[in-house]
Amino acid sequence: MFSFICKGIIRDRKRSLLPVAVVTIGVMVVVFLDGLMGGMMDNMVRMTANFQTGHLKVMTRAYAADEAQKPNDLALLGSGEVMEQLHRDYPAVDWTPRIFFGGLLDIPDEHGETKAQGPVTGQAVDLLSKGSQEPARLGLEKAITAGHIITQPGEILVSIDFAESFGVKPGDRVTFFGSTMNGAMSFANYHVAGIVRFGNSMLDRGGIILDIADARLLLDMEDAAGEIFGFLPGDKYHNEQAESIKTSFNNQQADNPDAYAPVMTQLMDQDMMRQTLGYTDSMSFFMLLLLMVALSIVLWNAGVLGGIRRYNEFGVRLAMGEVKRQLYRSLLTESLVIGIIGSAVGTTLGLLICLLLSRHGLDYSTVMKNIAMMIDPVIHARITPRMYYIGAIPGILSMLVGTALAGRTIYKRNTALLFKELD
Amino acid sequence: MGLVLGGLLLPLTAQDGNQILRKIDRNMSADSRIIESTMIVHGKRNDRTITSKSHTMGTGKAFTEYLSPARERGTKMLKLEKEMWVYSPATDRTIMISGHMLRQSVMGSDLSYEDMMDDRRYEDIYDARVTGSEQVDGRTCHLLSLTAKVDDAAYPSQKMWVDSERLIPLRAELYAKSGQMLKQITAGDVKQVEGRWFPMHMTYKDVLKEGKGTEWIINTISFNQSIPANVFSKASLRK
Repeated sequence: MFSFICKGIIRDRKRSLLPVAVVTIGVMVVVFLDGLMGGMMDNMVRMTANFQTGHLKVMTRAYAADEAQKPNDLALLGSGEVMEQLHRDYPAVDWTPRIFFGGLLDIPDEHGETKAQGPVTGQAVDLLSKGSQEPARLGLEKAITAGHIITQPGEILVSIDFAESFGVKPGDRVTFFGSTMNGAMSFANYHVAGIVRFGNSMLDRGGIILDIADARLLLDMEDAAGEIFGFLPGDKYHNEQAESIKTSFNNQQADNPDAYAPVMTQLMDQDMMRQTLGYTDSMSFFMLLLLMVALSIVLWNAGVLGGIRRYNEFGVRLAMGEVKRQLYRSLLTESLVIGIIGSAVGTTLGLLICLLLSRHGLDYSTVMKNIAMMIDPVIHARITPRMYYIGAIPGILSMLVGTALAGRTIYKRNTALLFKELD
Repeated sequence: MGLVLGGLLLPLTAQDGNQILRKIDRNMSADSRIIESTMIVHGKRNDRTITSKSHTMGTGKAFTEYLSPARERGTKMLKLEKEMWVYSPATDRTIMISGHMLRQSVMGSDLSYEDMMDDRRYEDIYDARVTGSEQVDGRTCHLLSLTAKVDDAAYPSQKMWVDSERLIPLRAELYAKSGQMLKQITAGDVKQVEGRWFPMHMTYKDVLKEGKGTEWIINTISFNQSIPANVFSKASLRK
């Protein structure tokens, strides 16, 4: 029976070509979208980690409770000692200090008086230490639109919109005015090393980057850090590994009643990441369901057309004594085989496209003018084991559902009239 | 009957309130003032003590030089009418304070630049109504309800407890337009200086901020002294 069905599919291509093509295209789209969305999520996770959260983050308990405000008055003091402990206990993780701050950037005229000024939000990162991964992590080289990255103390990077609004150019001298971690006034002059495009409207409006050592001087945060970021080996986030390190570190501090004791969080605990990723997974499932329904409708229609075309064949088979249920089953088996063939071809094609995308990436910056974003403009598809079956589920199911719906007409045939119909 | 009585009483209390404001202004305001003060900012982790010397002329001009600690020494602030500049010796820059910065805290204290700039007399900003009488630190006080009569008041309304004998505010609550309390001020160590009562110790508490508030202690104060006009110039910031 099975070989009979297979022969039918191969020999009568009119019977199988359209359904196989529909299933192939559908499955290919599912596999491709899964890889692409996975890649986009990886991109988002990577950028969130690099700029906002790290894979792991150490702060004081008091700072963590009010983290959105970036309260540097509650920063981690003695951060060097904490870093040493982190390096000792978790040597595979790259630990690096960060300070977030805000203030006013003042641009002087030729007499040294305020020509223009605007509010800025700053991020201080370790740019000048030997072997620091931070410039690469932030993609500073790619983000520079004029000038160069920070190469020495006393230099600052200014965001593009701010620079354009206030006429700031590389080489200009600007003054930062804000508050130290103790609330005292802080002033410092800097030379603009370069202009950067962050690719985030808020940061592009008023973002600045300083080397961590300069920021510590500016904010009176000697041996202090607002946050210590940790990046897992290979800069790849692994939830279980991060969870394990976090639990181990926090257990060490469990008995410490100090409000300023260090506490560790992981990427998934921050910035609604867990909810965002959960929401994206739900959206993916919904998209797959929608695609399956659409495919079922198309295949139902194809089945109806096939049924009309094979009207005589079914009549002869019924006239020869094949019972309706048996005929219906053979149709379902046929659709299962077509579904498997279409799914295999679609999965292969989808995987091939994703493989290409994972190697070469999809550079969407080419469709946008003058883009030099810190947020990675190249999406690389993610290849995961689930991609080998994710397309086959809707591919086979939709084919079966479509045939099951179309095949109901078999039960409407009147056996007594079969020979008359054949005449 | 009650409405008629209320209608008769209200104008009287408003009149009394405004008279009290005038008397407070007579104590607190002067043509010029020179103050050496100590500000103690009680932060979440530590306290900071800042000393400064201020010269004030009328309600429009003020010049402050910070004397200590070392990090602040030489920092100067100049206010001319509605404009304010800060000079930092470390950068040799004079920076204008404007826009949202005016609402920022000065030196991490519970006072904003806006608070420091607004030296106007109470009676120029508020209409006052006496709403009762209460004891504050063992002294009988008029309880005043102040409502701004100008659009640019930093605090649209205030509740103020005024020493009924010495006509000095001993306590005030400052409110936003929404009715939310923003700051509390308490005053003490009231002394007679050059024939007027003046609180030598004040505590400001920004209720939206954690911490124990900011103490402002007046070490020396003198009124109606002659101050050279060039003190209130941008050139004096760099001297």
